[in-house]
Amino acid sequence: MKISILKPLSLLVGLVAMLGPMLAFADDPVPNKGDTAWMLTSTALVLLMSVPALGLFYGGLVRSKNMLSVLMQVFVGFSLITVLWCVYGYSFAFTAGNPFFGSTDRLFLNGVFDAVKGTFALGATFSKATPMYEIVFVAFQATFAAITCCLILGSIVERIKFSAVLLFLVIWFTFSYIPVAHMVWFWSGPDAYTDAASADTNNALAGLIWQWGALDFAGGTVVHINAGVAGLVGAFVLGKRLGLGKESMPPHSLVMTMIGASLLWFGWFGFNAGSALEANGSASLAFMNTYLATACAVLSWTFAEWIFKGKPSMLGAASGAVAGLVAITPAAGNVGIPGAFVIGLVVGPLCLWGCTGLKKLIGADDSLDVFGVHALGGIFGALITGVFNDPALGGPGLVTDWTMNPPTVGYPGEMAQLIIQAKAVGLVFVWTAVVAFIAFYIVKLTIGLRVPEEQEREGLDISSHGERAYTD
Amino acid sequence: MKLITAVIKPFKLEDVRQALAEAGVQGLTVTEVKGFGRQKGHTELYRGAEYTVDFVPKTKIEAAVPDSLLDQAVEAIISAAGTGSIGDGKVFVFDLVHAVRIRTGETGDAAL
Repeated sequence: MKISILKPLSLLVGLVAMLGPMLAFADDPVPNKGDTAWMLTSTALVLLMSVPALGLFYGGLVRSKNMLSVLMQVFVGFSLITVLWCVYGYSFAFTAGNPFFGSTDRLFLNGVFDAVKGTFALGATFSKATPMYEIVFVAFQATFAAITCCLILGSIVERIKFSAVLLFLVIWFTFSYIPVAHMVWFWSGPDAYTDAASADTNNALAGLIWQWGALDFAGGTVVHINAGVAGLVGAFVLGKRLGLGKESMPPHSLVMTMIGASLLWFGWFGFNAGSALEANGSASLAFMNTYLATACAVLSWTFAEWIFKGKPSMLGAASGAVAGLVAITPAAGNVGIPGAFVIGLVVGPLCLWGCTGLKKLIGADDSLDVFGVHALGGIFGALITGVFNDPALGGPGLVTDWTMNPPTVGYPGEMAQLIIQAKAVGLVFVWTAVVAFIAFYIVKLTIGLRVPEEQEREGLDISSHGERAYTD
Repeated sequence: MKLITAVIKPFKLEDVRQALAEAGVQGLTVTEVKGFGRQKGHTELYRGAEYTVDFVPKTKIEAAVPDSLLDQAVEAIISAAGTGSIGDGKVFVFDLVHAVRIRTGETGDAAL
């Protein structure tokens, strides 16, 4: 509003009088409606990534006799984690506690909505004086927790008991997802940083890996390394599918897999660009990087396969898309366009090797290559984020001082940031491996992990769920 | 009476049906089958997993004919199903000892 055009003094006085009540709100900012709309949309997009996208992507890769079991594991697993998230997951992940776990403040989402006053609790974004409704953040993060747990299932399909899936997910979610999310992502928000003393206080309240200064825009460590390593551990503990290497086990519908991969790409815009928590430049950068790196990875996987394996396959293109999406996840808003090009072009051949050469070296029946795509792509993405964050390489840099307004942006140097990223990767790798191993063994020793041999041969659709996906 | 069993390339079925009809064959039974002969299968590659598909999809046709029609029928199949390339299939001929038309109870050549 241009006050200069209001020449008569009386009008000016009147305007100031009108502004009076508005100025009273200056210390008490409210969430921006555009931001809120974007975050609600993003949340729904991330939900789409699990149901149906991940279900179809995984489901198409198994034999038709196990199709419904995969869809059920994803569908019910997603719902289970969503419920647990609202009961205790959010509270332990995203409230102040110690560097590993939060507190009980938000059990059952207590306090996010005051029914008497009709007011909503506000949470932080990455900009000062720009709050968001905490309840939106709860929902957005719920979809992350739930899809991360579902990603693990790809390693253990076609042989695991349904009850074992559920029990494992409860244990792993509680002791790996929650603390890793807290370690990587919990902090007090920019408004808490007002001076040097408050910076020290609030840094001490943040999660351990956040304190280290590791960059993870949308979940390279929290989601992909966390799930990918847990999946591999599961494949080891569970053992190989009957007949692996002797009988042919081709994917029963690469059409479903292509639809699933495409919907993952679509939903991933909510996942990555939504992780900016605002509808702003950072979200736009994350959006473009998510788009571009994925397209690069489709090409790089396809051409690598064409050159080294003989034919460019649909499964390869779909896998390349997912590998690109995984690798750009920690980088999304943390690198510039050059980073997106490099990440996409490198991760395709890298994950192709992860699903072929590396898989043979490891020797486990990681059935749908959760480790080869998610863990390997996640590790690569998490590390390279530290490099391409450099403004000299087109990256946006990182905030070095949140007490300033606007916060000071700088860059600590390639090696310095790479070491921080590597520490984060290492800790999450070990943490999830240990938790997954214990969790799978608890399930194995209590209710058992695998279905009986004859049920595995018959297929889990009939033997575990009493229905079949297709009638002949 | 003779029973002719032929295994042919699936896309040749319509040609063979037409040729047999022109030769005077009154009926035909068709089955989709898989098998192998000198034509090799192919390999499929899914990420790291390579599967050799040994059995090639084929179509099996069966026709019962009077002895008088045998040579024309076999000739019709050979000319209609042939492409000159490996995997064209085979024709087998068996003696047929008995045949009955269920509706009328006719037997022998009359049932064909």
